[in-house]
Amino acid sequence: MRSISTNLIVLAICCTASAASISDSLKTIRAVGPEGKGNAAAAQAWQSLAQAKPAALPQILAAMDGANPLAANWLRAAVDTIASRAKDLPQMELMKFIADQKHDPRARRLAYELIKNANPQLAAKLIPGLLNDPSVELRRDAVQRVIDQGADLKKINKADLAQKQYRIALDAARDIDQIKTITAALRALGQEVDLPHHFGFLMHWKVVGPFDNTDRSGFAKIFPPENKIDFTTTHDGKAGKVKWSPFVTANEYGMVDINKAYPGPGDGLKEVTAYAYTEYNAAAARAVELRLGCKNAWKIWHNGKLIFGRDEYHRGIRIDQYKLNVQLAKGRNTLLVKLCQNEQQQDWTKEWQFQLRVCDPTGTAILAADRPPTPKTGTNNNQPANPTRKPRK
Amino acid sequence: MKHFIALTLALTLQATAADWQQFRGPQGNGVTSERNLPITLGEKNLKWTVPLPGRGLSGALVIGEKIIVTCSSGITQNRLHILALNAKDGSLIWHRQFWATGRTMCHGKTSVAAPTPCSDGKNIFAVFSSNDVICLDLDGNLQWLRGLTTDYANVSNSLGMSSSPLLIGRAVIVQVENDSESYTLALNKRTGVNLWKLNRPKAANWTSPVRLTNTLIGLQSKNGIDAIRAADGTKAWSYDGGASTIPSSTLRGGVLYIPSHGITALEINKADAENTPKELWQSRRLSPGTGSPVVLGDKVFATNNAGVITAGNLKTGERLWQTRLKGPFSATHVATTTHLYCVNEAGLLQIVDTRGKEGEITGTLNLDDQILGSPAVGGGAIYVRSNGKLFKVSK
Repeated sequence: MRSISTNLIVLAICCTASAASISDSLKTIRAVGPEGKGNAAAAQAWQSLAQAKPAALPQILAAMDGANPLAANWLRAAVDTIASRAKDLPQMELMKFIADQKHDPRARRLAYELIKNANPQLAAKLIPGLLNDPSVELRRDAVQRVIDQGADLKKINKADLAQKQYRIALDAARDIDQIKTITAALRALGQEVDLPHHFGFLMHWKVVGPFDNTDRSGFAKIFPPENKIDFTTTHDGKAGKVKWSPFVTANEYGMVDINKAYPGPGDGLKEVTAYAYTEYNAAAARAVELRLGCKNAWKIWHNGKLIFGRDEYHRGIRIDQYKLNVQLAKGRNTLLVKLCQNEQQQDWTKEWQFQLRVCDPTGTAILAADRPPTPKTGTNNNQPANPTRKPRK
Repeated sequence: MKHFIALTLALTLQATAADWQQFRGPQGNGVTSERNLPITLGEKNLKWTVPLPGRGLSGALVIGEKIIVTCSSGITQNRLHILALNAKDGSLIWHRQFWATGRTMCHGKTSVAAPTPCSDGKNIFAVFSSNDVICLDLDGNLQWLRGLTTDYANVSNSLGMSSSPLLIGRAVIVQVENDSESYTLALNKRTGVNLWKLNRPKAANWTSPVRLTNTLIGLQSKNGIDAIRAADGTKAWSYDGGASTIPSSTLRGGVLYIPSHGITALEINKADAENTPKELWQSRRLSPGTGSPVVLGDKVFATNNAGVITAGNLKTGERLWQTRLKGPFSATHVATTTHLYCVNEAGLLQIVDTRGKEGEITGTLNLDDQILGSPAVGGGAIYVRSNGKLFKVSK
């Protein structure tokens, strides 16, 4: 009897020590920071953590909550390592972990993949309930299921039911490829799809320009709109006085094409800078992502504060190319975009444009409280602006 | 002591001279000392094909019996993969995944798994276009990681990054040069922390660093070549004649063949490599497209964007012969002492005998998949990766 008691005590001490060790390792790993800070300590902690038993997986996954992206990767590697040698995974605990939407979305997806590898049938049962999940990766599978249902209904000529499924899928879809697939299917069924509304693209702007960007100097130069927004004042532009004017885009991907505001000769103005300004009325103060697509050099200010900028030209554009975290104030928020066009003359360098939307981390549009209806027509000035473009060589 | 000897022996066995531990192989010039590769090809030479979990154009590494491959997957390619496969049968040994911490946008032809990893035979150093740098040991245990775009927010290229890392001394050299925040970094290979960080020309650059000597590296850019001391990142000398930003330079026999005005040959100073090198010749008739020049025997080879391979005299740059291969090529060729192994973008592996008065194609094998990454060689086999598969070709 004494022997059993002793063993139990030893076991309890071991378990406590193990739990403490895992907890310490997690704390050390979560402390990694920029420029390799904490790497050496994290490496030691990781060696210990990676020896943990599979029962520790939910605890390690939970440590990803609020972890910085580097720490999350350290933890992910430990999860992969432990899972790869595990004969049995704590499936029920992992299911509970997935069910708790407060956990980190990527950690939940990782838990799902662990289950999927071990027990595909169990994982498949989860999918229907993930249609509006905070994890975009989890919801993707659920959306695809509904898209497939719509396609099946369409094949058997049940157009009304197919439309209904496609609408459900569209409401939930956040990945651009799925949104395009659903939109095409709905339009083939004669349905209207308001993509700017779905994405939350900002369509109504005021623009001013062109200012100078000779030798790409305009990116760093401070032009008057960066100091003060005053729609009543004229400014010294690149080739004369310039003033603010309204600009509306009707592009369904929210493209604000500055060449349509200032259509220079040929393929458009070169070595120029313009500003676009809009206001966003937030129903409540909250954290959001500004998501920008742009192939010109750009800067963006929120409520007068510079958020980010990038001086890269014509390397490509895509929706959500840049994700910028900002804290919206309740009510009026201002957004100012600076957009620089460079000297390049190739066909693929004529674009002078951007697309901007406001959304949450899943990509769900956060619409302004006073968002106007999606415009049917947009600005397209036909008269050339001041001819500052250099002739083609 | 016993353990030490055993460990040393184990490491020696793991990493042999025949291993392929970096972009363009052991000497960084695409040439292998392997003598047992096939010089003709047929279906029998395709030993196995295995699926990969993602896209990529990084070259594989061959370390002992392990083949190391990187991939990226997901709608935005934000999932990074590092795998070890068994050279014998392609079976999976281990697989680690990470989330990209930097931007993953890139041109549709390339992918986030573009840079070829490197290894010292003990650890693997993998770099991705998202500027994530990950160090694992050969058993897949994480040693350290960095997210260079989390450190330096404008380090990225919307067309994608592709520069492959280079090991020298205690440093992993990572060239993350682009239009905006443009650097080359030396990371401590033990911990990943910066040894030095060098400002570089603000211009997109897809070339890879080259080891010039045991203490000097060559960094190529649109401006030319900078010879940088690996210990502290200071500059020893520059060649400022301009250079391509896609194919990389090749060092052989103390001469650097730079994709500059065709090819420019620079002789590294034998007495003191830190002194300005001597320009030997320049030939506009040798014009490398995407792949880097290969030096073999007494010839230098460049393949243009049309798939025409040109052999030049190594001493003079004079054009010797041209042979039209089936192109186009993105992958740099690899070579034995006599033959070139060239795989085009459509997956056609072509072997060229370089010994005659002109190049002779001695074998072809259609792998029938898009292939953009340079092959790896080891253990008598050639390993070619496509966007979705890894192929083993041998006698």
